[in-house]
Amino acid sequence: MKITVDEEKCCGAGQCVLIAPEVFDQRDEDGIVVVLEPEPPHDQHALTREAAAVCPASAIQVHDTP
Amino acid sequence: MSPNEQILQYPFAYETALEPAAEWTELRGTCPVATITLPDGSQAKLLTRYDDVREMLADPRFTRQDLFGGTGNSQGTATTSAAADTSESPLSVPKHGEDHQRWRRLVGKWLTAKRMAALRPQMAAIADQLLDEMTGRGSSADLKAHFAFPLPVYVICGMLGVPAEDRDRFSYWSDNFLNLTRYSAQERQTAVGELVAYMSGHIAAKRAEPTDDLLSALIEESSGEGEALTDGELLSTGVALLVAGHETTANMIGKMVAMLLADRTRWERLLENPSLIRSTVEEALRFDANGGFGLRRFLTEDVEIGVEVLPNGTTVVCAMAAANRDETAFDNAAEMDLARTPNPHLAFGAGPHSCLGQALARTELQVTLEVLLRRLPSLELDIPATELERLEGLLVGGLSEVPVRW
Ligand code: SF4
Repeated sequence: MKITVDEEKCCGAGQCVLIAPEVFDQRDEDGIVVVLEPEPPHDQHALTREAAAVCPASAIQVHDTP
Repeated sequence: MSPNEQILQYPFAYETALEPAAEWTELRGTCPVATITLPDGSQAKLLTRYDDVREMLADPRFTRQDLFGGTGNSQGTATTSAAADTSESPLSVPKHGEDHQRWRRLVGKWLTAKRMAALRPQMAAIADQLLDEMTGRGSSADLKAHFAFPLPVYVICGMLGVPAEDRDRFSYWSDNFLNLTRYSAQERQTAVGELVAYMSGHIAAKRAEPTDDLLSALIEESSGEGEALTDGELLSTGVALLVAGHETTANMIGKMVAMLLADRTRWERLLENPSLIRSTVEEALRFDANGGFGLRRFLTEDVEIGVEVLPNGTTVVCAMAAANRDETAFDNAAEMDLARTPNPHLAFGAGPHSCLGQALARTELQVTLEVLLRRLPSLELDIPATELERLEGLLVGGLSEVPVRW
């Protein structure tokens, strides 16, 4: 699994960080999303998908890799 | 418009406080773009389907309708628009363009998930203290008045660096802004004047002697960027935090606890499995049928919704609570499922204007459940759930009391 984020879309709501703090963080300067784990380990997949699904700005894309 | 389409009076009437309006299901099914009359007599279009509501809210072309003019950076407009337009929870000043972006960035960094996580112990201490006081008085109480109402205002006071002894005055002022029926215009004006005077003194004190709080940080960082926030902007920020973060969260705490106790198997499930707290908070936000007016959008271009074209100039009301019960978006939407994941509900809006304070609200709601489950596992409603009453006079939906015993 690979994740990309669209910083332009991100509104800094922090939902992703609340759900998957090991995968996402927010920049100190402006609260915009930062990806800590662009290829999250297996045990983080469910939370990562959940974060992407609930991001209010639809700023997180999950790409499945074989 | 089909010939037999009616014009509905909005907001709709409700039978009981926790149940959704009967119209929602019907409108979602057969009339996703309904014509409504607003309380002021004007007409608008009401969206009730999940996809339509989400798309409209996230559309960057349209912002909320600014009913009262002004950008909220002078004291007068900040307070009137704050009092009148609480239906949108984002902190609302300044509202547009670059100023808005800058302000959102400056304040947003203070409301990140990490910062809110750091505030958890402080929130839990406040919650514990409120429960000490409440339980010290007996074995039943109105949870709304003794816990839900003060908690968020105390948390905001902490963030603003307002000392503990002034917190109750803050609560009173804040209630005055938002409760359109309980107080007279005269009382409201006095309260606004007092809050403005208090905050001005408080801001001056923070300018002179910064401490570790949001206002001090805003003063320091904005001047470091060479574009210092004015006293008016700082004042608006404080007011916006109160307006956006107090009554909405207070009501949500009351409704969440009421929903969990209305069917006590929910509460018991949480007692058994506290790891459901996070998803329970989201589900309470989704399931809340009493979410207030909805968010308004004012169209500045024609927009297509399904087969209908809404012309430029239309006022659109997005009923998030109706959208959150849309069966096409949520399986068993009419069931409160404490483990529901993912839960992309629209309680905080969607898109670039979605609520800036949502991490704060979520953290407060989670802490509330943690502390209540730990301290008062025997908690139950003290009246039948059907007798809970909706709060009148607020644009944000809530219950007037949440009588509980333990
Ligand atoms: S949930 Fe979405 S909008 Fe919010 S911080 Fe994460 S990426 Fe940004």
